Amino acid sequence: MKKRHHEEVLLQGNEAIVEGALRAGCKFFAGYPITPATEISEVLSVRLPAARGTFIQMEDEIASMGAIIGASLAGVKSMTATSGPGFSLMQENIGFAVMAEVPCVVVNVMRGGPSTGLPTSPAQGDVMQARWGTHGDHPIIVLSPSTVLECFELTVRAFNLSERFRNPVILLLDEVVAHMREKVVLPPPEAMQIVNRVKPKVPPEWYVPYENTPSGVPAMADFGEGYRYHVTGLTHDVRGFPTERPDEIGPFISRLFRKISQHMAEIHQGDFYLMDDAEIGVIAYGAVARSAKRAVRDAREGGIKAGLLKLSTIWPFMRTAVEKALGGCRAVIVPEMNMGQISREVKRVNLGKALVRRLSKVDGTMITPDEILKAIMEVY
Amino acid sequence: MAEITKLIHKYLRHDKKFPHVWCPGCGIGIMLGALIRAIDRTGFEKDEIVLVSGIGCSSRLPVYVDFNTLHTTHGRALTFATGVKLAKPRLKVIVVMGDGDAVAIGGNHFIHAARRNIDLTAIVVNNNIYGMTGGQYSPTTPYGMKSTTTAYSNVEQAFKISELAVTAGASFVARGTVYHANQLAGLMEAAFRKQGFSVVEVISHCHTQYGKLNRLGGAVAMLEWQRDHALPVEQAAKAAPEALADKFLTGILVDREMPVYEDEYEKIRVRAQHREGE
Repeated sequence: MKKRHHEEVLLQGNEAIVEGALRAGCKFFAGYPITPATEISEVLSVRLPAARGTFIQMEDEIASMGAIIGASLAGVKSMTATSGPGFSLMQENIGFAVMAEVPCVVVNVMRGGPSTGLPTSPAQGDVMQARWGTHGDHPIIVLSPSTVLECFELTVRAFNLSERFRNPVILLLDEVVAHMREKVVLPPPEAMQIVNRVKPKVPPEWYVPYENTPSGVPAMADFGEGYRYHVTGLTHDVRGFPTERPDEIGPFISRLFRKISQHMAEIHQGDFYLMDDAEIGVIAYGAVARSAKRAVRDAREGGIKAGLLKLSTIWPFMRTAVEKALGGCRAVIVPEMNMGQISREVKRVNLGKALVRRLSKVDGTMITPDEILKAIMEVY
Repeated sequence: MAEITKLIHKYLRHDKKFPHVWCPGCGIGIMLGALIRAIDRTGFEKDEIVLVSGIGCSSRLPVYVDFNTLHTTHGRALTFATGVKLAKPRLKVIVVMGDGDAVAIGGNHFIHAARRNIDLTAIVVNNNIYGMTGGQYSPTTPYGMKSTTTAYSNVEQAFKISELAVTAGASFVARGTVYHANQLAGLMEAAFRKQGFSVVEVISHCHTQYGKLNRLGGAVAMLEWQRDHALPVEQAAKAAPEALADKFLTGILVDREMPVYEDEYEKIRVRAQHREGE
């Protein structure tokens, strides 16, 4: 399948993720077959070797996550893709990537859960798992596309953010977005910004691999470039060696959080749609944001001033944008294909500004525009 | 400067992380000595070597050696090593694991790494116990022996790690002991030079946990047990069956030529590029 750019192409969400990964410079993929994410593996197994990269099918998702961390340490942009059960298995090694500050991208195409759940049905039940799935206090970046074009764009963005902040980035999407086909116009390669990790400029004997820099992000040497340093999942000092000293542990964990928290504006991405004069707001993400957009238009036709805040960044939580929406609206609806995960975050930052209602659906089907419109009318 | 001092200065982070965590009398230090002598003989550059480990006593080793070092999660060292090697095939990747790490929690990765035949060397230090957590039984604790979690007696059968690696398809499999330290260095050197997945099982002792719980004596007595029960494969071939009863085989168990993953995958890249070009 050869793509000519500037040309309209019909792509599935999962295929668009492949295009985004290749455009971002991904040269290594390790994965394990799982519905509804398998197309990502299948297409990359064809495309990566042609790009002189490597595709490997590992023995399980734990191994897949380990392999992409190893490849990234050797200097190669890497990715894996999975769904709920596999995402659960990856959690320990995702924590390793956070701790050792190894850039990598993890795609989770959500299915209905818990357990084996509904492998072919849409759900958004992994929002909190994406935030807190691995043990210990840790920072994470999670992006969620709602269109096929966004699958492409946010995959590139996921690689860029992971390289920029030396942190795993999770692309969290639902089965509808993953399997939907849409016409997309891929931008020409020269029009895209591609970020690569900052490498050390000092000679090896001066290199401090986990240096407490002003940005919070230390330079990263690849294995095999003369910078022989130690990488460990143990809490470590600035040189990478295990430490139990409180005066080293505290600053290290603080820096992990600081490198994300002081760059929130760079990480956050969302869209306000008809929100300027809205009395009723909807906050949504993923496929549900599409239904929400339609519901808002229908409400406007009926004379109700409704608006939408679509979240493309899920974590770190877009507090500033949500507070703006809550401040301007009398009531806010949060429709989600779960029992209330982002809606709780919205309620957490609400502080009595607006009436916040969750609209949950967990029966394996999409939330329709009519269901959201009905919820809008109930609070109007 | 004595030869051993030169090796220490060249290969160990001697001014950084010592003293090490291992108990006095532990076999892992002897294994580390064999490892750096073997690496020195191969002539590999330090910058080209990536030493990967899992979790456990022997997996603390990378912190002490002056290579690119990677101390991963429990049981998963081979998966990280797979990524490193495939991303940058010119690197020499050596993986150090314990028996629990390699064949309990990491057992699936171990057999699949052997099956794939990626050019890695796995060194498995087998001391029949989980030492770091205080002496629980492992998949190589023999039947009838005691541990802190088999306080009465172990009712499970033990894995034979080397035989498992042979069956799973490794290109090179050898077994040595920390008692036979010079032979061990030779086996490691051969494994490092081998193209494809190679395994060196290192029979070691944990006198602190396994020895104490089973009244096997101290480190010296356990080393003497290794001396008295190791049988080189060359001698075993000529020995009567009854002489093999309480022995374990040492030396090179398998050394065979098999397609190496990296070479095979490079052929796929050429085919894929050809197809794209059409």
